[in-house]
Amino acid sequence: MLSHGMKQVGSVSLHHLQGVIFAILNPWVAIGILLLLAFFATYMTALSWADLTYVLPATSLGYVLLALVARFVLHEHVSPLRWLGIAFITGGVGFIAGGPELTKHPEVHGDVEESGALAAASPFDSAQGGLLAKDARSETSGVGS
Amino acid sequence: MRGAYTWGAILAIVFASVVGDVLLARAMKQVGDVGALRRRLGLLAVIRRTVGNPNFLFGVTAMAVAFFSLLFALSWGDVSLVAPAAASLTFIGNAVAAKIFLHERVDRRRWIAAGLVAAGVALLAG
Repeated sequence: MLSHGMKQVGSVSLHHLQGVIFAILNPWVAIGILLLLAFFATYMTALSWADLTYVLPATSLGYVLLALVARFVLHEHVSPLRWLGIAFITGGVGFIAGGPELTKHPEVHGDVEESGALAAASPFDSAQGGLLAKDARSETSGVGS
Repeated sequence: MRGAYTWGAILAIVFASVVGDVLLARAMKQVGDVGALRRRLGLLAVIRRTVGNPNFLFGVTAMAVAFFSLLFALSWGDVSLVAPAAASLTFIGNAVAAKIFLHERVDRRRWIAAGLVAAGVALLAG
């Protein structure tokens, strides 16, 4: 959709950067952006559960889905090379799906658990819970960096 | 000349999206398990906590840079070059960056997966 919209907008010159802003007004580009937002929210949720190197390859199943939709819904021709691509992606995702989804960082993990427990201990005082959780978070980032 | 512009934009996409992904992953690890937090504090609190995280804000900024680089690249080059090149290089870049900056244990299994997916995406999107 984004590609379709940008081809309608035409070539953007470096000297007319405002052209990129106007591109957003194109309905195809706008729908594309809305769908990207939905993707983003689910992607963030997945990242809170698992490693980046686990989540990212798994999201590439979207390419496979796209190709299957093109083949069976739109009845487009899918070349053997693309079937090979589908096999590669599926195999790659199968590879990581068999492994652990989260690298254990004992100290970091402990902090996160603790902040959750603190927030749970004071469900009626969310400000205090938030503050404590924030402290725990800054400790976490200290360990991480 | 157009080719150089396109590849410059592709490299900008890869760099910005790797930086963005790493920052976002770090932000979400700091926020914690979204499902458990939502049950405990409610959806709004989770959103507030996520959006208030500095890493999240920088990550989103990097993603916005990547997005506009993509728009530039698509207006200069063919989608059949830009999409597979940017996507597959991003997978490899992310595996390296996650190992260095997030200290994720990228074992042989994950390297193979990253390589396979990058090759698959290049074949599929090309």
